[in-house]
Amino acid sequence: MNPTLRNPLLFAAVAALIVATGLLNSWNVALNILNMGLISAIMALGVNMQWGYAGLFNVGVMGFVALGGLGAVLVSMPPVAEAWAAGGARVLLALAVAVATIAGAVALWKRLRGRRARGLVLAVFLVIGFFLFRWLFDPAVAAIEAVNPAGTGYLGGLGLPVLIGWPVGGLLAAGAAWIVGKTALGLRSDYLAIATLGIAEIIIAVLKNEDWLSRGVKNVVGIPRPWPVPYEIELQDSAAFVARMQGWGLDPVSASAIVVKLLYALLFAVILLALIWLSQKALNSPWGRMMRAIRDNEVAAEAMGKDVTGRHLQIFILGSAVVGLAGAMLVTLDGQLTPGTYNPLRFTFLVWVMVIVGGSGNNWGAVLGGFLIWFLWVQVEPIGLWIMEQITAGMAEDSAIRQHLIKSAAHMRLLTMGVILLLVLRFSPRGLIPER
Amino acid sequence: MDLLNAIVALANFVIVPAIAYGSQLALGALGITLVYGILRFSNFAHGDTMAFGTMVTILATWWFQSLGISLGVLPTALLALPFGIVATVALLLGTDRVVYRFYRRQKAAPVIFVMVSLGVMFIMNGLVRFVIGPDDQRFADGARFIVSAREFKAMTGLREGLAIKTSAGITVITAIIVVALLFWFLNHTRTGKSMRAFSDNEDLALLSGINPERVVLYTWMIVGALATIAGVLYGLDKSFKPFTYFQLLLPMFASAIVGGLGSPVGAIAGGFVIAFSEVTVTYAWKKVLRYLLPENLEPDGLVQLMSTDYKFAVSFAILIIVLLFRPTGLFRGKAV
Amino acid sequence: MSRTPWQDDRGNKDASIANPEGRGSRGFPETTGGTLPAAEPRPAASGSPFLIGENMTGGYGGADILHGCTVAVERGEIAVIVGPNGAGKSTAMKAVFGMLKLRGGAVRLDGEEITRLTPQDRVAKGMAFVPQTSNIFTSLTVEENLEMGAFLRRDDITETMEQVYELFPVLRDKRRQAAGELSGGQRQQVAVGRALMTRPRVLMLDEPTAGVSPIVMDELFDRIIEVARTGISILMVEQNARQALAIADRGYVLVQGRNAHTDTGRALLENPEVRKSFLGG
Repeated sequence: MNPTLRNPLLFAAVAALIVATGLLNSWNVALNILNMGLISAIMALGVNMQWGYAGLFNVGVMGFVALGGLGAVLVSMPPVAEAWAAGGARVLLALAVAVATIAGAVALWKRLRGRRARGLVLAVFLVIGFFLFRWLFDPAVAAIEAVNPAGTGYLGGLGLPVLIGWPVGGLLAAGAAWIVGKTALGLRSDYLAIATLGIAEIIIAVLKNEDWLSRGVKNVVGIPRPWPVPYEIELQDSAAFVARMQGWGLDPVSASAIVVKLLYALLFAVILLALIWLSQKALNSPWGRMMRAIRDNEVAAEAMGKDVTGRHLQIFILGSAVVGLAGAMLVTLDGQLTPGTYNPLRFTFLVWVMVIVGGSGNNWGAVLGGFLIWFLWVQVEPIGLWIMEQITAGMAEDSAIRQHLIKSAAHMRLLTMGVILLLVLRFSPRGLIPER
Repeated sequence: MDLLNAIVALANFVIVPAIAYGSQLALGALGITLVYGILRFSNFAHGDTMAFGTMVTILATWWFQSLGISLGVLPTALLALPFGIVATVALLLGTDRVVYRFYRRQKAAPVIFVMVSLGVMFIMNGLVRFVIGPDDQRFADGARFIVSAREFKAMTGLREGLAIKTSAGITVITAIIVVALLFWFLNHTRTGKSMRAFSDNEDLALLSGINPERVVLYTWMIVGALATIAGVLYGLDKSFKPFTYFQLLLPMFASAIVGGLGSPVGAIAGGFVIAFSEVTVTYAWKKVLRYLLPENLEPDGLVQLMSTDYKFAVSFAILIIVLLFRPTGLFRGKAV
Repeated sequence: MSRTPWQDDRGNKDASIANPEGRGSRGFPETTGGTLPAAEPRPAASGSPFLIGENMTGGYGGADILHGCTVAVERGEIAVIVGPNGAGKSTAMKAVFGMLKLRGGAVRLDGEEITRLTPQDRVAKGMAFVPQTSNIFTSLTVEENLEMGAFLRRDDITETMEQVYELFPVLRDKRRQAAGELSGGQRQQVAVGRALMTRPRVLMLDEPTAGVSPIVMDELFDRIIEVARTGISILMVEQNARQALAIADRGYVLVQGRNAHTDTGRALLENPEVRKSFLGG
């Protein structure tokens, strides 16, 4: 089929799926899928930049998502003055010492000559730096975490609007990407996959354990809403809103939830469209042409004097920043940061399924994949449950097999994602919307 | 006496656990490195392959237990192990037939194989959770210790006890046997040599009449056995949880890369390097130092360099250091 | 070369997930061995050469490189293909060995049509090929390299191995060493030795002396003559045209995928036109 006809049809089909959910199930569920679909689409867009434009295999998406979430928290939550007084300065000093130690070690390494002496000096320097760091760090952390541990127990944020936190989340992710890319790209060959896999686990470990920073597994709750989105209770308290909804024959309570979700959707959609516009623009600019030239023939591009490693680093940072932005939007939508829930299957590999199914190298494809796969991820579970109930309908109510099957239906989604990925890779390896 | 106590404490909390964990990682990394050497991609489904093999072994163990069959002091799982291996090999060969073979025929790029392995990973992960659920399962039975701390103290009169778990002993013995068999196979049999040849130079292997499909077949069989054994040993030593097995991917990859991808000796060395660094960095050294330092210097804190939650960070840091200074790994990764 | 979507790696060179090392080239045509109807066996007419690639036309998928080119070798003789760079020398050799698909022409071994057999099947028929590069298993020991050469054989190979060691005594001393640790000349000996392990009737060598010193080259040529004396036909491509033609029973000068001159080695060396254009006067 003609792509100009086919692609809008594909999007229309996904939209129809979501609308059908609204009609058959509930508009709440449908809008949840839409909002998460928008965020997933942005994540897929970021990963697609890295893979589609430059062939970089990032399996640490989860880490960048989580860092974005941390960014939103650090900007939007109110600062905890008591905690800052207890040990804020000391923690900052400790972190400065840590950074200085690493920077100093790198400088020493470059300055010193002679294998044995260099190693020894460096080791002594690092050990001293480490213990100095711990000496500064540990008591400060203990002090901060002792401040009202049930309510805060962390430093809090800057108390600024959460919308500012979104680009900050992107910047945090970009910073981490710079460190990872600098080390893992452009050794004799890349070691990006293992490096991203590792850094993602480390980021999650930090968020889970550094209570002074992110409250760890105690979670940060009550992240303020972004600018145009009100709280449901505000709407319900507004006489004008209640009157208008009743005028339309709607229940104000459920209508308020829908309105909030719609506003979120609007906000996310604006950002998604802006990102697509920017990346399409970039792809068709001289910069984008160069990226594609590098991808298609790296040797030739290098011979023409293009800095391949530099470009790869650039695109890796950009893509990670987009993923980080999506991560910040995610915690804003949830209203909370829950480090314990970051799981690589959900936040790394599922995003990859979105990119591959949608169409690697094609921004619209990645967006479509984001919506479609998220829809399936949500809906496979009830469908699986329904199928299991049909299969086991003939069995006795207390049959062990029946109970096991119904209990296991929840795991159908992983299985289904695997099957979808394999089917697409086999029969439509360029994805639903292929790159031209 | 204090020195002896310090050594015993060190052995008890660091050396013995690290050797056991290192053996498990080494067996896992061997499977990864074999696939990398011969099929030429990193198999992201390896952790879940291990989980599948362990799951079948656990089911067989439960079946034996319900029949009242046991191995006395040894865990019943050893008796069930062959079932796990056979099932895993069958699963891998089936997967190869249905999934991977098509891409070999297409001469697909290795990175496409990696993506395919992601799909396989999802399916195996779902399958395992579907059958046995996502929860923790303990299936070790038989005697818990070869030497318990109490016995050791009574025997030696030291203040510190040295406990050696049965699972640790079995892990090490099994690992030694398996590795010896594997190396004998690779270095002294016609098929093993043909696998090394194929890994070294595919074109020339074809010119010599080596059948690639046979090489692949044997590779998956060995990988299935290695994965199941590694998974069962890990499960006996700790416990079985599908998600933990999936997470083992990182330290196993790190082991394989640190040792030099594609090199079996490297995978083993890498496994122990990673295991020892994880355990030493996350161990609270207070106990050992208490015996070694004069009283007035005794540390107040736990003297733990990093909390155990950061064990991933350790394997990762080792990995980065090795890659920066020796990009091909400790043992030049090339041939199987 | 048109690539399938499965071959598109988007320039990924991530060593932690994909292993480019030792990967097979894409030069092999699909395996068709055994499934095609066997070509009609033709009795070896007296006068028809032992191995002949006749009127071969074809290339690697794009434009043709060979245009009706013919090379042949008699039993126990040495045939040498020479020519300028890009003349299609190696391509002709690969065509004879079935490593590229021919659009026209035929390959016959001992009168039997083998045009459609895969390289592996040709090995089974008694042909052996030594590629120009990556022609040994570097991580295997010398002895294992020889064993792999004899992979298809089910009988006792010690005698053949003994013959190879007699031909190349230095390999006997180094037989437990990894082949990748040997010098360039010794590697070529391993490569030839590996090919001889199948007890071939025809040995095909693609620039066996590329990158070795002149002394080693002379030594290698001596060994090749010795091999030919045992009754094995030798077809080789050579860059060092003068020395190669000196030992050749038959020489082929290729230009742009066509036969430019064909004669005995000696005659070609004396041919003024050949001398002028290829041998530097």
